[in-house]
Parts: sequence; structure tokens; C-alpha cells
Amino acid sequence: MSMHEITLIVNGKPQKLTVKSNELLLNVLRDKLFLTGAKYGCGIAECGACTVLKGDRSVMSCLVPAVAADGWEITTPEGLVVDGELNAVQEELVNKAAIQCGFCTPGMAMAGTACVRENPDADEDFVRDYMRGNYCRCTGYQAIVQAILAACEDAKNGKRV
Amino acid sequence: MGAMNTKVIEAEYDYVKPASLDEALDILAEKENVKIYAGGTDLLVKLKMGADLGMDIMMDINGIEDLYGVDKTADGGLRIGAAEKIWNLETNADVIAMYPILSEAMHLMASVSVRNMATIGGNFCNASPVADTVGPCMCYGACVELKSKKGVRTVDATEFFLKPGVTVMEADEILTAIILPAPEENTGAAFTKMARVRPDIAKVSISCVIKRDGDAIKDCRMAMGSVAPKPLFLGDISAELAGKKMSAALIEETAQKVHDFVKPIGDHGTTAEYRKEMAHLIAKEILEKAWENSGGELA
Ligand SMILES: Cc1cc2nc3c(=O)[nH]c(=O)nc-3n(C[C@H](O)[C@H](O)[C@H](O)COP(=O)(O)OP(=O)(O)OC[C@H]3O[C@@H](n4cnc5c(N)ncnc54)[C@H](O)[C@@H]3O)c2cc1C
Ligand code: FES
Ligand code: FES
Repeated sequence: MSMHEITLIVNGKPQKLTVKSNELLLNVLRDKLFLTGAKYGCGIAECGACTVLKGDRSVMSCLVPAVAADGWEITTPEGLVVDGELNAVQEELVNKAAIQCGFCTPGMAMAGTACVRENPDADEDFVRDYMRGNYCRCTGYQAIVQAILAACEDAKNGKRV
Repeated sequence: MGAMNTKVIEAEYDYVKPASLDEALDILAEKENVKIYAGGTDLLVKLKMGADLGMDIMMDINGIEDLYGVDKTADGGLRIGAAEKIWNLETNADVIAMYPILSEAMHLMASVSVRNMATIGGNFCNASPVADTVGPCMCYGACVELKSKKGVRTVDATEFFLKPGVTVMEADEILTAIILPAPEENTGAAFTKMARVRPDIAKVSISCVIKRDGDAIKDCRMAMGSVAPKPLFLGDISAELAGKKMSAALIEETAQKVHDFVKPIGDHGTTAEYRKEMAHLIAKEILEKAWENSGGELA
């Protein structure tokens, strides 16, 4: 099995790592970089708990070979926090009480952030459609959708997303 | 299936990332048991579920420039690079304008995050009967371009698939592009997919492209997903419509033929009989809609 020297730019910082060909991005983020925001849920791209951003686009890190992510600019849920401040989506998830057990929340924050960045004029249909790959077993989604819609307004008022 | 752990990939293999198509074709020609990694949304799921793929080398094709691009062809069609991501394609202005149901079918696939990873080439080469990009491509008359050290060949999309997971592609070939012919005037298309919830794979899908000549059908092409062991092109049923005057009776007759023709299998959650009934229903709906979109009126 081949070993590879890779560089991931994680939350703005270049990280040099040695990975095996069959290692997964999610496990490298969690176990080697100790960024445990992204969660392991299903492992097969069906639940969204492991969502991270590649540039401004969301991907499921459970299904990305770490070696294939060499050179990627990755944002994890931790990276949405700047100088101790939550971004608009994270803050609205708190404001709208869109969190119960919290397991899906980091993934919701990531996918929600991608959604707001892509379309700050999003309406409810757009948000629900955009978020359809992120599962929540607790909240019933209503509060999550409201939080993302509120973050769209925040973004238009200049708040950081 | 035995105990499985989708946290890790247990299979061991080497990883290579060629920087050019030539280099990739050399690897395929010289090495055994090479599997192509494009978006990984089928390949990695299989690896994680413990499927024995006999893969010694994973070849990442994302560094090959020749496999990207959405370009107009000399005859006014479109050439889509195989490694283009589904999301890039569904939002591409030319794809939306020229092949609306291809964009629509892509938008209905999986979720945004999966579509940011998945490629059109992977959707074809995985050769699942549910593959959502295939029906629209068949109806628009697409060809796939296959390259190897020996040369290049193009295969009609309707002749590419053999059975689940198997295509006419040889082990030393790469699917390099999907090539679509120029759209014609007075063409209408429609796509429908029935699923339990949106991110599900299709229980039944159907695509239809009609070229209209006044109140008659100049040409009609229909294809279905999830009703046979491979993506199904309804060549004969479609061909019988050419030259006929369009009517509600003709649509009903055709929908009945579709119902009688398809041989779906039952699986978890969906019986074969349900799929057959749905086939009838959505065939009718799709013919009406494609006709309307071509500018035609129903008497
Ligand atoms: C949660 C989830 C939901 C999904 N929903 C849908 C859905 O609604 N509709 C649907 O159609 N699919 C769906 N899929 C399946 C999958 O996302 C698509 O089939 C996708 O287009 C595969 O592309 P990929 O680039 O990820 O393929 P990969 O996994 O990289 O490759 C798939 C296969 O094709 C081969 N291959 C890839 N590219 C080439 C090439 N250029 N030349 C030769 N061989 C090649 C690979 O070796 C492999 O065998 C879903 C998958 C997941 C995980
Ligand atoms: S853990 Fe990656 S999508 Fe569920
Ligand atoms: S809050 Fe528990 S899964 Fe969403």
C-alpha cells in the first residue's frame, strides 16, 4: 500500500501530512489534526454529518480519500469561527434553537454556510432543497431552515458567513 | 453481507494520480487491476461496504485536464468532459439552454455535497440501471468517447450498457467525454423521477425528447431507469411514433406499450408490480409534457 506526502490547507493553515492510500479525509481531520467538528455518521455520504467545505462548496469528507484532497483548501466547522466569533449560520442555529442532540449541527452549519454563500437570496424551497443531504433525527428541520433563512438576511446586512 | 465498518476502507491498494491522459492510458495498458477514481461516490461506497473489487491500484483522474470542459462542437452540439462534476454541469448555461432535462435530472440526483463530488463519467461507467444522467443523454442522442493506447472510438449511449455494472468499455479504456448533438427546432423534452424522498435513488425514472413537425411527431426518443438490469432505451416503442399525428389516444396506447414492455425487479421497498404501474403513469405524463414543451397542442 502506498504512502503519500500531502498538504491540506485547513482553515487557512497549510498542514503537511503523511497518509496511506486508503485513509479518509474525515479520519485525518479528526484523528491527526484533532478537528473533531466534522462527525462520522453513516460513512457513505448519506447523512451529511461529515460535511466540510472545499473552497466554498460542500463535500462529504467520509467519502474523500485524504490523498485525493492534496492541495485542497478545506474549511471544517472549527474554521467558521473567527476570533472566537461564530459565523452567521452558526449563530442563527443557536438563536433559533435549531440544535437538540447536536450531532448533525456541525454538518448543518457547513452545508448552511455553503447555501448562504451560494445564494443569499434563498427562499425556503431553495434552502430545503439545498439541505436535503443533511439529516437531523431530532429537530424536524423547521428551526434549521429558519436559521439558514435568517443567516441569509444577516449576510445581506454585512454579517460574516 | 458480514459485519461492516464504514468508518474506514479495509482494502489495501496503491494510489496514483497521472497528470495527463497519455500517462493514464499508459498505466491502464501496463498495469493490472487498475480502478479509476473520479468523484468516488460509487467507488468508495463499494469499498466501504466491503465489496471485493480486486483493485490493486486506484487511479485518480482529477489531474487530467483533457477530461474537463464543456465545449461547443463544430456541428453546434456540446462536448462534456467525463470528469466534470454534476454540479458544474447542472448549473452550466449551455447545458440548461440546450439540454434542459439533463440539467433537471442532475439537479434531482443525490444532494448538493454528493453532486459537488460526483462526475458524469462516473455515472455512466458505474453502469447502474438507476443512473440518472443516462436517460436524458440517450434521448438527446448522445455518444460516449472512449480512449485507449490503441486509439479512440465513439459508442452510441444506447449501446454502451450491457448489464448491471458492465459496459462495452475495455479495461484499458477511459471514458473521456459525452458528446451531444445540436438541439433542433421544435424539440420538447421532459423528465420525471419517482422516489420516496428526494435524495433517494430513483424507483422509476423516465426521459423523453420529442421533435415536432406541425401536429405530427417527427421523432421521439424515450428511456427509463430502474425498470431493467440496465438503463433502458425504448427504441422500438419510440420509433413507432415517428410520422404519426399526436393525440391523447396515441399517448395512452404508447403508455400501455411501455407498461407491457418493461420488466422491472422488485427490491426493498418497491415491488415489480408497483414499478410497472408507475411506468404506465409516468410514460403518459412525460409524453404529454414533452409534446407541450415542443410547442405542440393536444387535440
Ligand atoms: C448518497 C448518494 C446518493 C446518490 N444518488 C444518486 C442519484 O440520485 N442518481 C444517480 O444516478 N446516482 C446517485 N448516486 C451514485 C453516484 O453519485 C453517481 O453515479 C455518480 O455520478 C458517480 O460518479 P463518481 O465520479 O463519483 O464515480 P466514481 O465512484 O469515481 O466511479 C464510478 C465507477 O466508474 C468508473 N469510472 C469513473 N470515471 C470513469 C472514466 N472517466 N472512465 C472510465 N471509468 C470511469 C470507476 O472506476 C467506478 O467503477 C448516489 C450516490 C450516493 C453516495
Ligand atoms: S458520515 Fe459522511 S455523510 Fe454520513
Ligand atoms: S439535533 Fe440531533 S440529529 Fe439534529
